[in-house]
Amino acid sequence: MPTPSLNEYLIISGLLFAIGLGGVIMRRNIIVIFMCLELMLAAASLTLVAFSRFNVTDKGLPDYDGQMLVFFIITVAAAEVAVGLAIIVSLYRARQSIHTDELTSLKG
Amino acid sequence: MNPWLLLIIPIASAVIIQLGLKRNATASALLSTLSVASTFIIAYLLLGKEHSAAPIEWINVAGLKLEIGLQLDSLSKGMMIVVTAIGMLVHVFSLGYMKNDEAKARYFGCLSLFMFSMTGIVLASNFVMMFIFWELVGLSSYLLIGHWYHKDSAADAAKKAFLTNRIGDFGFMIGILMLWGIMGTVVFADMDGSKFSPLCTCLTGTVVLLIFCGAIGKSAQLPLHVWLPDAMEGPTPVSALIHAATMVAAGVYMMARFYLSVGTELLPAWSSETIAWIGGLTSLFAALMATQQNDIKKILAYSTLSQLGYMIMAVGLVDANAGMFHLYTHAWFKALLFLGSGAVIYACHHEQDIWKMGGLFGKMKITAITFIIGTMALTAVPGTSGFFSKEGILHAAHESNQALFYIAVIVAALTTFYMFRLIFVAFFGNAKNEHAEHAKEVPPVMWIPLALLAVMAFASPFLGKFIPATEGYHPHLGFEMNAVTIASLLAFAIGFIAALTLYKGKTSDPINIPLFRNKFYFDELYAWIIKIFQDALAAIIHFLDAFIINAMIIGGLTRSAVGIGNIFRRYAQSGSISGYAFLMAVGALLVIYFTVFASK
Repeated sequence: MPTPSLNEYLIISGLLFAIGLGGVIMRRNIIVIFMCLELMLAAASLTLVAFSRFNVTDKGLPDYDGQMLVFFIITVAAAEVAVGLAIIVSLYRARQSIHTDELTSLKG
Repeated sequence: MNPWLLLIIPIASAVIIQLGLKRNATASALLSTLSVASTFIIAYLLLGKEHSAAPIEWINVAGLKLEIGLQLDSLSKGMMIVVTAIGMLVHVFSLGYMKNDEAKARYFGCLSLFMFSMTGIVLASNFVMMFIFWELVGLSSYLLIGHWYHKDSAADAAKKAFLTNRIGDFGFMIGILMLWGIMGTVVFADMDGSKFSPLCTCLTGTVVLLIFCGAIGKSAQLPLHVWLPDAMEGPTPVSALIHAATMVAAGVYMMARFYLSVGTELLPAWSSETIAWIGGLTSLFAALMATQQNDIKKILAYSTLSQLGYMIMAVGLVDANAGMFHLYTHAWFKALLFLGSGAVIYACHHEQDIWKMGGLFGKMKITAITFIIGTMALTAVPGTSGFFSKEGILHAAHESNQALFYIAVIVAALTTFYMFRLIFVAFFGNAKNEHAEHAKEVPPVMWIPLALLAVMAFASPFLGKFIPATEGYHPHLGFEMNAVTIASLLAFAIGFIAALTLYKGKTSDPINIPLFRNKFYFDELYAWIIKIFQDALAAIIHFLDAFIINAMIIGGLTRSAVGIGNIFRRYAQSGSISGYAFLMAVGALLVIYFTVFASK
């Protein structure tokens, strides 16, 4: 089997991102929306790692800048999940529902 | 003797009184009287000699040149004598009549202002200057009629006088502008009648009639006569000066000045006939209305209207000199009659209804005799000045227009009738009121002017230099029996006998004609017309405001703004979270596209 080139990795991460975006827009369950959000972040990380893997630069050493950025992304994602779940819990306590199409008080 | 003093002295008196002497009534009265007396002396000294006053340039811009100048010919100098002499006698009379008035200083200040404005009209060298002073005279009349402005009727009368005058002045101004366009100048001395020849007669006639509109307003001709009887709300000396002798004569004077400058050859017959008919009809209607009035001043006011009609008729019959001669004699005896009525009113404690007087002949000999002399002059008894001047007008009518001649004769009969009605009811018979019972003669400061005016009622035609007319005019001062004189004497006899039989010794009016007493309902007609136009205009404006501006424009703008807003609201404020997320994604895509791919 031939080794995948950069293009394949990018296509996959693009697909993952699109699926995540579609999920955020179209799903009604707020926990599923959250999971799709994480999917988008993962796709972005995959893109960064792919670029890092295929970019061999000066003096023959691989370029580790992308992988460094992924560390930061993972950290930020963790923090964001904590805050987001807290919001979901307080939302459930306020509205007793996790279906987003019942949250229409901003309609004007 | 600088002719400009004639203008400066009265305005200086008015300004000094207004600015400094408002609290000091006696000083204002004396200052005003002295100013008039000095202008009379100056006017007398200017008679007969040739004077010219260099005009002052007022406006001189590209193509527009206006000046303030004085025109001193026999017409204006004679008129100045009339204005200043009668003004002087009225001032002296006012010293007595207005003795107990509270606003004496304001009264004399306004009188000085009036003297200034009237002098300006008489001495004006061009039409624009005359128009300015014309309006000033209207203002002075407003101030003086409304002297007792706390009374609603006086304030309304003053307003009515000014507004009616303005309507006439509208036509007057258009006429002046048209004349200016035709002649190229407004200065009287520079006007050239031949400039009318290339124009069609309809244009010339229109110019004449438009200028005559000013006279219709100022000299109270039909249909703008309605202000003069109401103007009797002012103090009686004011009525004597303004509404009998001088201001209302300004219209006749203006027409005479106009005819003198332009020449009467090229004026179309139809315009002159219209003027003559307006004058004739005014005199007829006014005489009819006077036969049923009960207020002494209103009778005299309608009599003034009637005599003004005579003067305008003479002007229309293209005999401006006859009109001016009648104006001259009429000024003296009408001022006499008004001041006499003022004396009567003063003696009867401000009672003006003739049916509440009576028997005054025995108690106020001088007033009664001078009043009767004035009446004789008004009704053209042979030998009085009125006889000669009225004969001149009847003669002119007899030669040109038989219908107007008959109207004039009928008016003469009516004049005799209502004037002797007044005399029999007010001066003879028994006193019908306790005020009339206790009436006594007025103090000398009031009867001396009456006596002087009575002398003038006989002597005025013989003072040739005083007559305001074209140079070298000699009125016909003889007595001969011809158709005109016979008609005039017959009219007098009929009127006198009718008044004698109907009114001698009566205590109430035996005749009752509501149409005449209510002044042919002219005032009601005008009020109705104005109401209709006002209501129509108000309805139109209301429609424009409520439907077009409010509903269509403002409402339309509101609704379109709301509609456009709704479009956005439907998409951007749907309330659904997935919708918001979708829009956010689209926005992010657009931003990436425009930053990375599209802009290089």
